[in-house]
Order: sequence, then structure tokens, then C-alpha cells
Amino acid sequence: MKATFPHMGGTYVAAKGFLEDLGVDVVIPPLCNKKTLEIGTKYSPETACLPLKINIGNYAQSIEEGADTIIITGSCGPCRFGYYGIIEKEILKDMGYDVDIIVLDPPAEDINGFLGKVKKITNGKSAVKVLNSLYRAYIAAKELDRMDKMMFAIRPREIKRGDVKMIYNEYISKTSEAYGTREIIDLIRQTQGKLKEVHINEKIKPLKIGIVGEIYTVIEPFVNLYIEEKLGNMGVQVDRSMTVSKWIETHIFSKMAGINKEWRINAAAKPYLKMLIGGHARQCIGNTVLYAKDGYDGVIQLLPFSCMPEIVASSILPAVSKNEKIPYMTLVVDELTGESGYLTRLEAFVDMLKRRKEVLNL
Amino acid sequence: MRVGIPQGLLYYWYYPLWKSFFEELGCEVVTSGNTNKKILDMGVKSCVDEACVPVKIYHGHVQSLIEKVDYIFVPRIMSICKNEYICPKFCGLPEMIKYSVPGIENIIDTTVNLRSSEKGGIKAAIETGLIFTGNKGKIYDAYENALNKQHIFMKRLEQGCSFEDAVKGKTRVQDIDRDYIAVLGHPYNIYDSFINMDIIKKINSEGYGVVTTDMLDEDRINKFAGTIPKRHFWTLGRKILGAGLSFIEYMDVAGVIYLSSFGCGIDSLVEDYISRYIKRDGRLPYIKLVLDEHTGEAGMVTRLEAFLDMIKWRKKDESNISAHGRHICSCERLS
Repeated sequence: MKATFPHMGGTYVAAKGFLEDLGVDVVIPPLCNKKTLEIGTKYSPETACLPLKINIGNYAQSIEEGADTIIITGSCGPCRFGYYGIIEKEILKDMGYDVDIIVLDPPAEDINGFLGKVKKITNGKSAVKVLNSLYRAYIAAKELDRMDKMMFAIRPREIKRGDVKMIYNEYISKTSEAYGTREIIDLIRQTQGKLKEVHINEKIKPLKIGIVGEIYTVIEPFVNLYIEEKLGNMGVQVDRSMTVSKWIETHIFSKMAGINKEWRINAAAKPYLKMLIGGHARQCIGNTVLYAKDGYDGVIQLLPFSCMPEIVASSILPAVSKNEKIPYMTLVVDELTGESGYLTRLEAFVDMLKRRKEVLNL
Repeated sequence: MRVGIPQGLLYYWYYPLWKSFFEELGCEVVTSGNTNKKILDMGVKSCVDEACVPVKIYHGHVQSLIEKVDYIFVPRIMSICKNEYICPKFCGLPEMIKYSVPGIENIIDTTVNLRSSEKGGIKAAIETGLIFTGNKGKIYDAYENALNKQHIFMKRLEQGCSFEDAVKGKTRVQDIDRDYIAVLGHPYNIYDSFINMDIIKKINSEGYGVVTTDMLDEDRINKFAGTIPKRHFWTLGRKILGAGLSFIEYMDVAGVIYLSSFGCGIDSLVEDYISRYIKRDGRLPYIKLVLDEHTGEAGMVTRLEAFLDMIKWRKKDESNISAHGRHICSCERLS
């Protein structure tokens, strides 16, 4: 079995480490690029959401490199993501690829089916070993998020522009050599060490912008046109509301233990949206409120075109913005998003926030 | 008390239930009337751009009811079947309305949730009913009667009545000699004759009958919907998918038209799945028509006519014109 999985930002290292620990051959698709999107757009349904298209591109590129099994997570509604596995299988079939797709639905749906699938992936390794490597993968994801946070903080304060980018690129090129979660965690920690040594101007008090919205668009930099880097270079410190380690915490660990880790977000969203409506609409609203309370200067909502839950969120956001007194901007991305138009809007938004801050400080 | 029911979305399924329920509680029911250009324009103006056209139209309907009624009924329909949902937009509909339609107050945003248990229906009824009366017995009775009316209405739809006829209480006998065209899609796209440019009448006037998902047996739908390797979590999606796949097996329609609205998340995947299977099978003519606020009637008519002409020639000339660009002769031996 040569396994592959779709990209989602920098998370691939955690998944790669996890599978390697279990002795699975892993094929990492090339980092998302224009070609990925081209393949995906060509073969996917026209109005499907962007993550599906990118996934298809990832698979095709992985299969070309020899992958024969695809591992993805699933869900059971109400958002479209739950049907991804089925549709993707049909698309790949019509593309002429005969591969196995293993969809890991939430264990609560069908516990035996879930364990069967896990067994298939893990080659019958003992449960202790699986849980152990799962835990280390979680630590890797957590370290990764910490590294991202450091980069967000350093970028606007860099004395020499591009230091962070250089360190990050070096890290990316080294990830293919690291084998297993232990080496990966080491690599991430080393990179964090390097980031600490970057010369920064501590006097700078950058604008702070929170990024909310649909989880895939928020996390995958290719899809959001490297928004974090762009904002960082404009002198803005960003914060990402959705991270993979948080997702693991809420969906795997807390569900098992029966605790709700997101009560704070849900409570913040409550005056505007009481229920879970699928996707991350409630988190989007809740996080916007929390960003306002934490004194952020603005919020940017990201969503792929035609994303159902985020459309609801985007119709509520104007009210949130008015009541909580926080400027916001919605950016919809799809395969046609042009970079210069996107950049213009970002610059305009940042300029507006700067001026607003000056006025407020008078 | 005057209760307004916006004539959009699941109005096209549950109107008899809602009407009967409110009337028995002593309310006067006012609907917003058929969709028209003005309602569409109002909806497009107030709703977020990315929403699908039925949701935009719904916004328009709600807006046109303001000032005409005391309450507007905008239920949050989370789920109407066990373990299934409708669509995320339905779950957040009251919020969308509240924050997008200017000057709106007094909406009844009861949550209808039958996901975990059938009792969700009566729970929603009581929650709604208590606004108008303190007498729970009366609410139970009203709900019971309303459910009966709803069953009769659904039966009429199943027999092949048009939506208007079914509401008015007419029954119709199926015309067996006719060829039938299946029209798949969400009820609010199929029954709203403004947004679909009266497609059903147009098909009828060409001499074909129409089959919709509501006319098919629930068992037939579930049998074919069950062929996919996953539990369904969209009620409407399950029905459409099951119906679409069943036509391939039974071949009891002359062609399939999928009416989808632009930006509909459910359609984007379900339509794709059905069309892949129909194409692989290669025997059933199939067309997808996408509706949105910019759809021009001429384009729709041209496509529809071309599609129906193709079906007619297939039958008349017995040449089995390929449904999907395969070899002209469908007989393997001769090709």
C-alpha cells in the first residue's frame, strides 16, 4: 500500500509522520500549485466548492507518483464535505484511476467500520502503538501551530524583510527527509529555534487582524493566496482562528472524553447564531466576537465560493461588526480569483484599519 | 392575528400543514403570492450575493410581507427525517433573514428538528402554538388535523397533481399512454413556476407528462439511494439521488431534466453523481438546466426544445440517437 492524502496547509508533516510511524509507505502530493488547481477544475463538478477541486488535483498528482490508496477524513453533514469521499471516488474512476479511498468517518457513526478501516491503514499494529503515534502527530500539529504563531508575530517586525520566508522555505525542503513523528517534531523545534534568532524591531506595534472562515481556506495558503504572508509583509500581525491541532482537540480528544472545548466560542456566537449549522459558521461568528473583545483591529472572513455554512455566517457578520465595533471584510476565493484584485482589497482594508486606529488614538 | 407565510423554499412542501395549523388556532394566513420580478429584485438586493436563488427569492417574499401581517413564519427547518438534515442555509435561515432584511421584526423562528426523534414535529408545533393560545389541547388537535391534510396533499402530489391543483384539492388520474420526462431537483425549483419559467407547462405542451421525485414511491427512492456507500444526511439529496438512479434501472421515463439552482451545494454534488451514472449507462437522455436570477427565458426554451426534439426523433426514427455522444447505434454487435 502506498498511501496519500490531500494537502491542508502545513499539516501534511503530521499526517506523514503518523503514517510513517506505522510503517506505511507515504506519497506526499506536490505542494498545491497551479497545475493542481488546473487538474482539479477540469475534472470536478463545476459548482463544487474549491477544496474538492484541490483535493482532486492532489490525488491525481500523487497517483502519478505511484500512490494507490487515498486516506481522507469524513463527516456526516450537513455540509457538503461529508459527500467528498463518494464523489471523489466517482471522479477518479472517470479519470481512469483505480485507487482505494479510505474515508475515516467519525467513529460514532459506525464504530466497527471505523476500526476496520484503521486496522487496514495500520497494518494490524497494536492499539498502544497507534495511539502513541497519534499523540505524537498531535504534538507535531501543535508545534506546527506554535511555529506559525511565531512567524505571524515576527513577520511584521522583521528588520530584514524575507528572513522568515527563508527559514520557512528551508524547513519545507527538509520535511521530505524527516522520517516519522519524532524527527518531524525535532525539525519543527529546530526551525522554531531559528525563528527566535531573527532580528526584529521590538518597538513596532503592528495592526492585528484575525482570520476567520471556512477551515480549509483559512489553513491552505495556496487557496487563500498566502494571505498570512501578504498581510505580514504589510506590517500586520495575523491570527488564525482555525488550526489543525484545535480541530484534533475538538473532534478527536474532547469527543472521546465528552467535553466541549469550544464552549467559549459557542457562547460568544450565541446572541447571533444559536445552533450548529454545519461547517464552521458558528466558530466564524464566535471567533469574530472574541477577536473584537481581545482588541483586534479587524477581521477577515475567508470562504470558498458557494460554501453553504459560511454564506449564512457572512450574512450575519455585518450585524456582528456593527454591534461589536470591529471592521470586517469577506473574501470569496475560487479558481478564478486573481491575485492583483485580491491584493488591492487587502491593501485597502489594511489602510483603512491604520487610519481608523490613528483616529481612535487621537 | 395575521400570520404571513413567505411563498418560497419548503412552502412548496408544507404549505397545507402550516395553513391548516395556523387557521385552526384562529389566525388569518396570508401568503406572499407567486414569485414575480419585484419579489426577486427585492430578494437579490437584500440577500448576500453568494446565496442560491431560492434563498434570495425567499428574502424577497419575506420583505413583501412586512407591514401586511403581525407575524412572519420563518421556521428554522433543521431536519425533517431521522438522522438527516436539509441544508446548512435552512438551519441558519432565520438569522439570514433577521440580519439582511431591513425593518423586520416579529418573526416566528421555531426550530423544526426531527433528527433525533419524530417528536420534534409536535415540539415545534407547541412552541409555535403557544404564541397564539395557552390551550395545549387545542394545539395538539390543530397539529393532528394539519398532519392529516399534509398527508392528503402529499398523496395528491404522488398521483401527479400539479402543486396548485394539489393545494386546491383537485385529484387527477394519470395519463398512462403518454411518455414521461423526469424533472429532478428541489421542490422549490420545480414548483415555483416563475423561477423555472414554467418548465412543467412547457413540457406538457410538447405532449409529455412530468415525473417528479414526489411522485415516486418512497421505497423505490430508498432502494436506489441506498446503493451509495454512505449514510445519506440530506433528505432532499437522498430523494433526488435515489430517484435519478432508479430511472437508469427502470427506464420508465423518456428523458431526465435536472433543474438546479446556481450555487446550490447539494445539487453540485448530487447532480454530478447522477449524471456520471447516466452517462456511463448511456441509454437515458439527460440535461441539466441551471437557474439563477440572470437566467433568460429564450436560452431555457432553446435547450428544452432541443432536448425534447432529440427525444422525439429517437422514438420516431427508431435510430436510437445516442444520449451521450456514444456511437449512433446503441447495439454493440453492429458498432
